[in-house]
Amino acid sequence: MNGNEVVTIKEVVPEGKGITTLRFELDRTARPGQFFMVWVPGVDEVPMSVSYTGRVKGITVREVGTATKALSGLKGGDMIGIRGPYGRGFAMPKGKFLVVGGGTGIAAVLPAVEMADDKDIVDVALGARNASEIIFEERAENASNHVHVSTDDGTRGFHGTVVAMVDDILKKHSYDQVIACGPEKMLYYLLEVCKKHGVESQMSLERFMKCGSGLCGSCVIDGKRVCADGPVFYGREISDMLEFSKAKRDEAGRLIKL
Amino acid sequence: MNRLKVELAGLELSNPTMLASGMMGETGMSLVEAARNGAGAVVTKSVGMEPRTGYINPTLVEHDDYYINAMGLPNPGIADYGEEMASAIKGGVPIFGSIFAASVSDFAHLAGKMEDYGASAVELNLSCPHAKGYGMEMGIDPDIVANIVKEVKGSVSVPVFAKLTPNTHRLLDVAEAVQRADGDGIVAINTLKAIAISVEFRRPILSNVYGGLSGPAVKPIGLRAVYDLYDRVDIPIIGVGGVETWKDAMEYIMAGASAVQVGSAVGRHGLGVFGEICNGMDSYLEENGAEMMDLVGVAHERK
Repeated sequence: MNGNEVVTIKEVVPEGKGITTLRFELDRTARPGQFFMVWVPGVDEVPMSVSYTGRVKGITVREVGTATKALSGLKGGDMIGIRGPYGRGFAMPKGKFLVVGGGTGIAAVLPAVEMADDKDIVDVALGARNASEIIFEERAENASNHVHVSTDDGTRGFHGTVVAMVDDILKKHSYDQVIACGPEKMLYYLLEVCKKHGVESQMSLERFMKCGSGLCGSCVIDGKRVCADGPVFYGREISDMLEFSKAKRDEAGRLIKL
Repeated sequence: MNRLKVELAGLELSNPTMLASGMMGETGMSLVEAARNGAGAVVTKSVGMEPRTGYINPTLVEHDDYYINAMGLPNPGIADYGEEMASAIKGGVPIFGSIFAASVSDFAHLAGKMEDYGASAVELNLSCPHAKGYGMEMGIDPDIVANIVKEVKGSVSVPVFAKLTPNTHRLLDVAEAVQRADGDGIVAINTLKAIAISVEFRRPILSNVYGGLSGPAVKPIGLRAVYDLYDRVDIPIIGVGGVETWKDAMEYIMAGASAVQVGSAVGRHGLGVFGEICNGMDSYLEENGAEMMDLVGVAHERK
């Protein structure tokens, strides 16, 4: 049952600069990597990754447009509409895995760190532009023994991109799989690094989305629906996509070169 | 031997399942995906003269037994759609080019383009219930429909199908008008005009207020429409509305449909639904020593 529901916000948590988590109760099973369609009446309805999958669910919003701005301004007791959770989430890898989050992509991968339930089989790499955008570091440390942090400007941890940091990590340690979410440019280079080190990966992709439930086709990449066939795809699937990092669709379905 | 094969309006389909219009068909590659998953033919998203972004979200209401959608006919426009058709053709199944327009001459222009792009047939969207000036607003008037069909027939050599709306008491009159104007087939039904209200927010959920109801909830209405149409017209009928299983499809065939389109089930059950429907129908045909075409309209023999 994914149908339209209205939930009351229990808690609003500021996470970082312009980044806010909204917590609400919803009695539905959500897997790491899945997303909700979140409705702010009179504004818009947008896809948001699940950042907490337990009984008290969460979404974590970065202010980028009108919908995310409206969501960021909500208070405890306010209501939002919810559909979902939708999509193919992260599958629990066999063996040891490295979870990589870039920017607000950290919110989407954090539940994947927690699904391990064993601090020794999952390591974490979190990256952002600067220290104020590194979120959920403590949550990651509660679920993993090795949490690496990078910032583009060097204000926290490794000075450089998260991909450069992961390249270093993969030189020293071996993993059975890499799990990642972040900007497509980051995922593009991360996939190259994974291939170089011979590691399979699962990555969460993003495209302009309308219906969210596999019907309308707005979010397709190479014929695959990001909302229903994804948003998580294996690296081997992404490698075959001609549009990955090259092109996306606008609201009318026109192909736009990236 | 392929028991599932059907023939309609001179087109041969390897099986009677088709991807319905509006389902994923904005891009060529997703039509290819549907074909790879077993659809006997695919219908494009409805394409118009100019690019359209459609309505702002919410554009979909989801419920256990139905969807209500008001996408607002988003499409890249006919000029850009050539590129999508070029990749769609790689699917290797007949493509029905769905078009919508506000004037007879635009319909004719769009149909010609679809034929140039390689469409095996044209499907006229005379039935979208939620776009002002298009679809259903024209499709409930038999004279307007006859004019559109006649003009389009004069501008293409591929078969022309009219997709009709159930939101009128004149469905059968409109279908007769299609036949009179030399239309090659009827597609029925499009969605039923509907709304949903959020009690908590005390307002309609869809940004457009009105949308189209689809999914299992509309199947009995689609079946009734096809059953009645089979009595009234001689041209082939394609049944649409709530098909999810092989038995749903078979009901439509026995009511008089030569093929069925699958829409909402693709969202509810995934693209594997085409293969499942075909396997189920094939077993039934094998057990009964029948071929698909033998069963079209058989329910009319025993009333």
